[in-house]
Amino acid sequence: MLTLDDVTVRYGDTAAVDDVSLELATGQVLAVLGPSGCGKSTLLRAVAGLEPLAAGSISWDGTDLAGTPTHKRGFALMFQDGQLFAHLTVARNVAYALRLRRTPSARVATRVRELLDLVGLSGYDERLPGTLSGGERQRVALARALAVEPRLILLDEPLSALDATLRERLAGDLRSILHAAGTTALLVTHDHEEAFALADRLAVMQSGRVVQNGAIDEVWREPVDEETALFLGYARVLRDESAARVLAAAGLRSSYAVALRRSALVADADGPLRARVEQARVTPEQVRLVVDVDGIGTVDAVAPLGSRVSPGDEAGLRVDVTRLAVLPITPGS
Amino acid sequence: MRSGAVRRIAALLLLAAGPVLVLGVLFVLPVTGMVAEGFVADGRFAPGAVLDVLARPRVHRVAWFTVWTSGVATLLSVVLGLPAAYALHRLALPGRAAVRAALLVPFVLPTVVVGVAFRQLLGEGGPLGSLGLDGTPVAIICGLVFFNVAVVVRTVGVAWESLDPRPGQAAAALGASPWQVLRTVTLPALRPAIVGAASIVFLFCATAFGIVLTLGGVRHATVETEIYLLTTTVFDLRAAAALSVLQIVVVVGLLALAARLRAVPDPTAHRTVTPVRAVRRPDAPVVLATLAVLAAMLVPILTLVLGSLRVGGEWGLGNYRALSGTGDNQALLAPVTSALATSLRTAVDATWMALLVGVLVATIVTRRSHSLAERRVRSTLDGFFMLPLGVSAVTLGFGFLITLDQPPLDLRDSPLLVPMAQALVALPLVVRTLTPVLGGIDDRQRQAAASLGASPWRTLLTVDLPVTWKPMLAASGFAFAASLGEFGATSFLARDDSPTLPVVIFRLLGHPGAMNYGMALAASVVLAVATAVVMLAVERLRVPGVGAF
Repeated sequence: MLTLDDVTVRYGDTAAVDDVSLELATGQVLAVLGPSGCGKSTLLRAVAGLEPLAAGSISWDGTDLAGTPTHKRGFALMFQDGQLFAHLTVARNVAYALRLRRTPSARVATRVRELLDLVGLSGYDERLPGTLSGGERQRVALARALAVEPRLILLDEPLSALDATLRERLAGDLRSILHAAGTTALLVTHDHEEAFALADRLAVMQSGRVVQNGAIDEVWREPVDEETALFLGYARVLRDESAARVLAAAGLRSSYAVALRRSALVADADGPLRARVEQARVTPEQVRLVVDVDGIGTVDAVAPLGSRVSPGDEAGLRVDVTRLAVLPITPGS
Repeated sequence: MRSGAVRRIAALLLLAAGPVLVLGVLFVLPVTGMVAEGFVADGRFAPGAVLDVLARPRVHRVAWFTVWTSGVATLLSVVLGLPAAYALHRLALPGRAAVRAALLVPFVLPTVVVGVAFRQLLGEGGPLGSLGLDGTPVAIICGLVFFNVAVVVRTVGVAWESLDPRPGQAAAALGASPWQVLRTVTLPALRPAIVGAASIVFLFCATAFGIVLTLGGVRHATVETEIYLLTTTVFDLRAAAALSVLQIVVVVGLLALAARLRAVPDPTAHRTVTPVRAVRRPDAPVVLATLAVLAAMLVPILTLVLGSLRVGGEWGLGNYRALSGTGDNQALLAPVTSALATSLRTAVDATWMALLVGVLVATIVTRRSHSLAERRVRSTLDGFFMLPLGVSAVTLGFGFLITLDQPPLDLRDSPLLVPMAQALVALPLVVRTLTPVLGGIDDRQRQAAASLGASPWRTLLTVDLPVTWKPMLAASGFAFAASLGEFGATSFLARDDSPTLPVVIFRLLGHPGAMNYGMALAASVVLAVATAVVMLAVERLRVPGVGAF
């Protein structure tokens, strides 16, 4: 189990990581989600032993790692762009750590074959990294990291260098590979889709601090504040009267603030809210609307494909309670 | 081929015409003149004589001596240079900039000065005189290493500085110890820089002149000093020409190898400089090794300075005061001070010439090629302009003498003869300083400027100039320092009544008399200070590529 206790990393006077405490149980995947510059990559590098701590401690199964250099931690780090060794073939890259340990070459060959199979790159042994596509390189990097069966694998935005379709496919593969290997993994990313695709648990980081931390669906359902909500993909946060009206229409208890996803309001002639359509745009899944709701103001809404709505129309709206989150904040906070 | 591509190549050749013509007249002509001297006997082509020369036992001895001393000196330079390259370019050592500048000074120190310093150190009565190394191959190798460690530190250091640290970190995260990271990731990544530096150092060692002549004399001759001795004392021009041909063949081969190994800067790749990190306890051996190299550099220079301050067993400035005279027994035709003035004037002329041609050459070889044919033309030109780097300065100087002596090219009495020879020697240094900078400007920047309405002239002014003025200044300083210390070609071309400072020092050494030796020491210090001041100013400009090959 990985334990971070009040970890602080400083660059000069600024704390890039500020008093962070986290726990990651063996076999689980934890995603640290935050905007760029929030200190998440520094946190990852600190766990790898590449950044000295200004305060706090990082320990594994109760043993403090302060005096352990990177190469003795047994944590494999996978960089954003793979960082394959350009002068070595794919097979040599994957075998790198095994050769360091003087594994017999027959054993190395079998293990390399297994791993390339696992990441779906059988037969790529003799290729050089320069000849691979971005996705293939990431797969090789993953195989290389898994080769020594690390106690923990550290992933730095493993998918963000890839294009959208590839990302989706590799995300599924990566998750099943991590689960098949039973690997404990710490992942940092700025992309909530990537976090949802890979992780069991989620920690949200903002300007060096962890502001929320828990099971992934829990965090997603109950973001702790407005910034977190917006970062998790909620489109808008309503406060005061507006929040009260939406919650009333949803049949929920009144509260000070509520975060709405784009699809939280659905066009429905019998719905409790009345609105005027300002914009309507057809997407492959649904019709996206911008509506002006009485007493609330301009918000997003959706209508099923095929519904005839055009700007200027009057429409009824109902609230989809699974698409909103009540924020635990009070006026003045 | 489309007409656009043809037009581009035509424009390229037109732009290259100037520098090619200059190099043709001032380099190819003299060198071929020198070489022809060996192959033509009594007006007929007679290559047999050259082969006869190459069969002489003394030539074999000289060739083998050149190869093994250069090889050992290269190996030592690399071994001593690598830790210093790391410490000075990757660690936050206090006084790092000053040490880097100090290490660059030996490279441009006049060879004669270094020769004098080593003789002062190793000779009878010198601090290390008891070792009995004076006049041995060991002394020559020490001198060669002294010059060339700086080349390794620079070339490898600059490559190390821009090396991405993340592959090393990835290796560490996979369980590689620092030593294993160095062996499996860092050194393979640095291999082009190391091999490139080593081949250039070997080239410099094999064509070294002043240092070998002052330390080895007649007894330990290399190909380069043998050419000099054959032409000036034995007057065996055929043998000298034969050795020149041998040298040119080897040098061209080595240059081709170096060019192949040198990493070509990719103009689209952004050069990142890794921030230095704090010194930690495990760095101690590297830091100690660097300090040892630095000390080894300082000892000969300190001995030289101290020696220049002793007159007849007492401390004093007598040697410096004597510089306004012509030495004991009329050793010189002109006072040393006027030789210094000549040196400075000559260096100024050599500098503007080298810069003028160098900027043109650097521009030509760094523009992006649009077709394969264009790329071939460019790389051929690139190799052509590098030739003076390796071809012996002695061959060049002697070639000047025998080919540029009749109309329309009678330059013997031209005051620009010496500067022209020196400019040719400095040209590769200028080109090597400017090409990485010009090559590093992304062509898309120029395209962006053009698309925003900037004329080609305006683009040059707003995109190229802001990035290049500092490197151009640095290249000028580098060329100035190199030409101040140039000895090989100048020793042939300088007129007796207006010699340059290195020539004067060499003459003083050749004349008996304690005063003459003291004056040689003092003049060496003056010359060393002048070059060092210029190089320190260059280092202040913080141009990363200076002194890297």
